Amino acid sequence: MPILKRKNPVDFSFSLVTALAALTILFLVGGIFIVLLRESSLAIGKFGLFDFLLSTEWNPVNNEFGAATAVYGTFVTTCIALIIAIPVAIGIAVFVTEIAPDFLKGPIGIAIELLAAIPSIIYGMWGLFTLAPLMARYVEPALQKSVGKLPVVGALFQGTPMGIDLFTASVILSIMIIPFTASISRDSFNLTPGIVKESAYAVGATKWEVIKDVVLPYSKLGVFGGIALSLGRALGETMAVAFVLGNNHQITSSLFDAAATITVTLANEFTEADTDMYLSSLFNLALVLFALSFVVLAIAKFFLLKAERRYSR
Amino acid sequence: MNVEKKRKLESSIALLLSTLAAVFGLFWLVFILGDVLIHGIGALHPGLFLNDPAPPGVSGGGLRNAFVGQVLITVFATLIGVPVGILGGTFLAEYARGTKVARSISILADIMVSVPSIVIGTFIYALLVRPLGHFSGWAGAVALAVIMIPVVLRTTEDMLSLVPWTLREAAFALGAPYYKVIIQVVYRGAAAGIFTGILLSIARVAGETAPLLFTSFNNAFFSMDMKGPISSLTVTIFQYAMGPYDEWHVQAWAASFMITVVILLITILGRLIIKWRYK
Repeated sequence: MPILKRKNPVDFSFSLVTALAALTILFLVGGIFIVLLRESSLAIGKFGLFDFLLSTEWNPVNNEFGAATAVYGTFVTTCIALIIAIPVAIGIAVFVTEIAPDFLKGPIGIAIELLAAIPSIIYGMWGLFTLAPLMARYVEPALQKSVGKLPVVGALFQGTPMGIDLFTASVILSIMIIPFTASISRDSFNLTPGIVKESAYAVGATKWEVIKDVVLPYSKLGVFGGIALSLGRALGETMAVAFVLGNNHQITSSLFDAAATITVTLANEFTEADTDMYLSSLFNLALVLFALSFVVLAIAKFFLLKAERRYSR
Repeated sequence: MNVEKKRKLESSIALLLSTLAAVFGLFWLVFILGDVLIHGIGALHPGLFLNDPAPPGVSGGGLRNAFVGQVLITVFATLIGVPVGILGGTFLAEYARGTKVARSISILADIMVSVPSIVIGTFIYALLVRPLGHFSGWAGAVALAVIMIPVVLRTTEDMLSLVPWTLREAAFALGAPYYKVIIQVVYRGAAAGIFTGILLSIARVAGETAPLLFTSFNNAFFSMDMKGPISSLTVTIFQYAMGPYDEWHVQAWAASFMITVVILLITILGRLIIKWRYK
């Protein structure tokens, strides 16, 4: 219905008010981009955008700033978190949709959604007080004694296990995104028509063959979308990792070293930035994070829309 | 081993693995909730809600300022975010239904739902904190409202789309203008759904920490002045948990317990309403 062809003046003003409210989304997206760009212009002007991204220098004392260490930390924690989370999440989705008896499906679904509703700061604090000591005492020494002895891979597990490191942060991050990925995968699995599955059973396929050759191919777009969405969430997660990462600007080959991510740097240093260049560099980090997660989330949305269109056909 | 047996074995192994994955996922839920519960309940006492923080080393301090601040910030964020979200969702589902504009805004809103909340904190800092020269409760409320708007907007849009079009036509046939149809017919039909959306968006922002770090900041004293820095539970948890004192850690657990319980209750209430209304 065209907006402007309304005879009733009240109706016209109401439509205008709602239109304005809807446009706030555009203003917000545009506003965030423009404001962050303006605030980081000082840093971009001095260091250049690409040099800023590639420089490993993060030295507030000398006013030298580069994003490489923070981007590296973000990249490593996100990758490891996804490697742990994806198989578990898909396993959960398979269990809930195909294996669990009906009386269990509801409660487990609710439990997973509750896990998703717990605020990230609770994960972070639990990680600091409970998980990090367990990691330092049991998990990390065990990993060093087993896989740490292997050539090449062993380099990932060097150093003294303190629990405040990339590995612990990645594990917490993965626990955070598991419910998220699982519930989207479950929803995609549920869209597979029963009749297609039953045809496969009728020709003698086992349950696993039905899942592997019918359900997964049928729902792969939705699952990809869910994974991309979790990736976007993981990139921007702050509080779950802020407690256990140590905010140490370095590029390290060992997962048992403290590091920094974009979000952790912002959370720890934003209110302490004492020079304009320092603050501007932090804004530049925020801009990088915004652009990065925006692109990832847009890709996720693209997959999910495509999946939706396919199912509705 | 023949082929059938191998296929059956393969199937059982795969099913066992995914069952283990589910157990693994539930294990963390029980572990985290149990830990928060055990540490939290032990730390609860009336003084926590009645007293303001005492200096480190002095016993008997509480978190009254943080509880009040958290409620203030969340309430004002809701008052700003919910009307904008509902009206925006109305535009997408009613006046602009099916248009390209509505689709694009809807997609952008979906992306905004997952944009890192700390980025929104920096945005509001540049907009409301730096120009004014000081942290303020208002800046915190606006930052949370910015997170709420896309959430409420999207659920409103979805819920309004669920109301059958024939219902609107019945109202049109009686000569009602569109705004009256929306307010008196469509909103009523979708009320339970929109209310759930609001509940879930409150649950979402009540646990947010990152956007408050540089907007409402923190305040060791009791304050209800939204124009100045104001304390919130989440930022207090961050500060206390990272701090060196044992009393601080105990209070951080208590605050975490309260916030987790409230958020989980709101979430469960939302689910119950959906189940009851859209069965």
